[in-house]
Amino acid sequence: MRAPSGPEVAVGDVLLSVENVSLSFGGVKAVSEVSFDIRKGEIRAIIGPNGAGKTSMLNVINGFYHPQEGRITFKGETRTKMRPYEAARGGIARTFQNLALFRGMTALDNIMAGRTLRMHKNIFWQLLRFGPAMTEEVEHRRHVEEIIDFLKIQEIRRTPVGRLPYGLQKRVELGRALAMEPELLLLDEPMAGMNMEEKEDMSRFVLDVNDYFGTTIALIEHDMGVVMDLSDRVLVLDHGIKIADGTPGEVKSNQAVIDAYLGVAH
Amino acid sequence: MFYREAGQFKTDYASDQAVFPILQDRIGLAIIFVIALAIPLAQNDFLTNAVMIPFLIFSLAAIGLNMLTGYTGLLSLGTGAFMGVGAYACYKLTSIFPNVNIVIWIVASGFFAAAVGAIFGLPSLRIKGFYLAIATLAAQFFLEWCFTHIPWLYNYNISAAIEVPQRELFGIIVTGPRATAETRYYIVLAVVIVMTWLASNLVHGRIGRTWMAVRDMDIAAELMGIRLLPTKLLAFAVSSFYCGVAGAMLTFLWYGAAESTVFNINQSFTILFMIIIGGLGSLLGSFLGAALIYILPIVLRFVPAKLGLGLHAATVEHITFMITGALIIFFLIAEPAGLARLWQVGKQKLRVWPFPY
Amino acid sequence: MHLLYMIFIDPFVQMGSAPDLLAQTLWEGLVGGMLYALIALGFVLIFKASGVFNFAQGIMVVFAALTLVGLHDIGLNAFLALGLTIVVMFGLAFAIERTVLRPLINQPDIILFMATFGITYFLIGFGEFVFGGDPKVMVTDDLFLPKGSITYHTLGGIVQLQKLDIAAAIVASIMVAGLAVFFSKTRIGRALRAVADSHSAALSVGISLEQIWVIVWFAAGLVALVTGIFWGARSDVSFALEVIALKALPVLILGGFTSIPGAIVGGLIIGVGEKLGEFYWGPLVGGGTDAWFAYVIALVFLLFRPQGLFGERIIERV
Repeated sequence: MRAPSGPEVAVGDVLLSVENVSLSFGGVKAVSEVSFDIRKGEIRAIIGPNGAGKTSMLNVINGFYHPQEGRITFKGETRTKMRPYEAARGGIARTFQNLALFRGMTALDNIMAGRTLRMHKNIFWQLLRFGPAMTEEVEHRRHVEEIIDFLKIQEIRRTPVGRLPYGLQKRVELGRALAMEPELLLLDEPMAGMNMEEKEDMSRFVLDVNDYFGTTIALIEHDMGVVMDLSDRVLVLDHGIKIADGTPGEVKSNQAVIDAYLGVAH
Repeated sequence: MFYREAGQFKTDYASDQAVFPILQDRIGLAIIFVIALAIPLAQNDFLTNAVMIPFLIFSLAAIGLNMLTGYTGLLSLGTGAFMGVGAYACYKLTSIFPNVNIVIWIVASGFFAAAVGAIFGLPSLRIKGFYLAIATLAAQFFLEWCFTHIPWLYNYNISAAIEVPQRELFGIIVTGPRATAETRYYIVLAVVIVMTWLASNLVHGRIGRTWMAVRDMDIAAELMGIRLLPTKLLAFAVSSFYCGVAGAMLTFLWYGAAESTVFNINQSFTILFMIIIGGLGSLLGSFLGAALIYILPIVLRFVPAKLGLGLHAATVEHITFMITGALIIFFLIAEPAGLARLWQVGKQKLRVWPFPY
Repeated sequence: MHLLYMIFIDPFVQMGSAPDLLAQTLWEGLVGGMLYALIALGFVLIFKASGVFNFAQGIMVVFAALTLVGLHDIGLNAFLALGLTIVVMFGLAFAIERTVLRPLINQPDIILFMATFGITYFLIGFGEFVFGGDPKVMVTDDLFLPKGSITYHTLGGIVQLQKLDIAAAIVASIMVAGLAVFFSKTRIGRALRAVADSHSAALSVGISLEQIWVIVWFAAGLVALVTGIFWGARSDVSFALEVIALKALPVLILGGFTSIPGAIVGGLIIGVGEKLGEFYWGPLVGGGTDAWFAYVIALVFLLFRPQGLFGERIIERV
């Protein structure tokens, strides 16, 4: 189900496929033999109670955690182990549940940092600064400014992010992820801790990113209203196991999901 | 949704990204340059030789350490040893090739220090944060041992010390006992100005951002495609380069001689304190911290005499230690970002003066 | 070829051919290691209980020793001087808590670590100012510290153990055992561990941070005093000790920063390793390897087991 105002993006082939992935820490099994896929251009929600393994799943896709079992296929290439920068280079970007901004830097610098992969002028030019390095800097600055306009955070460009209110910090983090021009954007509870208005803004941003850039999005979220409105398909995890996978409508009426997570309306 | 003002941005952003966008800052910088150039004209040998030259040299070492510890967040306790590598490298280079311009050798010795620094930075692949300081401690003590146990380094001199030979530049004597303070000062000034400019370019661009990203949250940096090991190794290499050049200048353009104790762990701590008090992650802070830590004892030596109190040199030394310690604690409580932040706050207030906010 | 023999074979041949020398070297290494361990113990106490890496531990050892000697030198009875020194160390703990720790509650660990640098430098200056910078002789007879040595005729030769060292080992063991029990079994011990994990969380359950910190720094001060007495008795009390205290860092790497038994085991390993290295391999390179060998051991160790022998593996969560 999609919000009525946005145009439908044609959902295409499988972009990412997770096969039988299991992940343990010490004795704790965070994820057990989970398989699912994400199609190009869709918004995929991952929901489930706390501790279900949702963030761990994202971390596996990112290459931050290496699963003990299973494989991941991204853009046709299959791997058992992905290194974080390989994921980044491949076009995966993400935001974090607990915010992982570079607190010592301004909002602008944080988002510029997202352009690092695309900046190539070597140390010799960097030492000189004027010339090719400056040209490159300006070119990327222009791109970053577009993102800043998109997210409406012009006023806080030069503010050190540590001083920003929580909602704005989340926007800067989104901006940083967008700066990577990702094909797959992983959002870990982007609405957490936000009020109604902020949630609407963020939902709008998510939809716009998907509509205008065609970015595939995987989204962990607890707000059911948001999930139902935004996503094309929903994956439900509980205690590390997949208990449902389908459209929002299918998942909402799935008994197992209701028992584990949604509860019954009183 | 997106607006493009083609062409116009380019000029705007370039000047927006400038290091000193405000006109008053540029004027202030120009004034500082003029003063710096004019110092020797005061004909005060003490000022030039005992204050300005070492201040500039230590500032350079502080910039080096700041790039590693302040910008990249890698605590290093090996600064003294890396300075020593530069000094001994310069000594060997000029011993083997005495006819080459000594300034070239001073700069070249930086590369040797950079190589050594990068090697001791390799453990940063596996070891994180505070533990990495142990690797730098190993570097410090091992290199210090090398300086006394590898006779080739000091040309088999019995005292294990190195004596700086006389060298000339365009007919003017620049090193050795007959070099004048003015000559040495201008060379040091030139080197420091150029290297500070280069450091500024580095930290304001892509590389500086990657360093700070690694410092602030290396996990997020990695997940954005920044490769940690090359970034950290570059920080070690560049930092050691600066320390090496500082060490070479310390030996050749100030002391005139050196032995391993000059580059001991206390030297490492001194430079570390300079950047802590001056401000981690700030080039200006490196200068301010060097000024405070180096010049304070000198001032202290004069104050009691002016006040009529006779104090032993040793007592002044002790009091300096106490004041340094107290200052460190004071700054950490009052302004952990150091003198540089205080300066920034001061400028902010100046901007809105005479209004309070 | 000859070089390979000298490095890999000859030292062991030497060890085997003169086992009494080997035993002697091992003992010396253990004694040195025990003193490193005691310094490391002070670090562990403070780190375990407040999360602060107290760089000033080394100077506290020197300062405690200097105070004792200083008080004794002005004529006080040795045990009275000892008692007063304990009071001074308490005062020091109190002062540090008041002026340094309290204003820096909730600051990141690196700030607190740097603050201990400040404490170190201040104490160096203060100690030199009050007591003077030249080496002093530790009070031994008046404290009834044993003198002389026991000689064993064994292993084909002679092995000599200083009675002082044996006494130090015994005292240290008692102290370590006592502290280990204190941390795991008592209410205050639990509170100390809580504080180490999170200042704000400990505050929120009503633990008085200030009291805890004074207790812990005082305990570390006592450990420093004992260390200072025994170390000063073997060689003079001087500020050189301060730099030797840096050797405690490799000990902590091996033993983990929060483990009391780890500090001991780590200290002994480093002490023995360093001594053996210097005695059997040192001559090959001109000696003096004990200046850096400990750090290299620690570095190699870190590469394979970053959490030390006893430390816990920290799992990073994003």
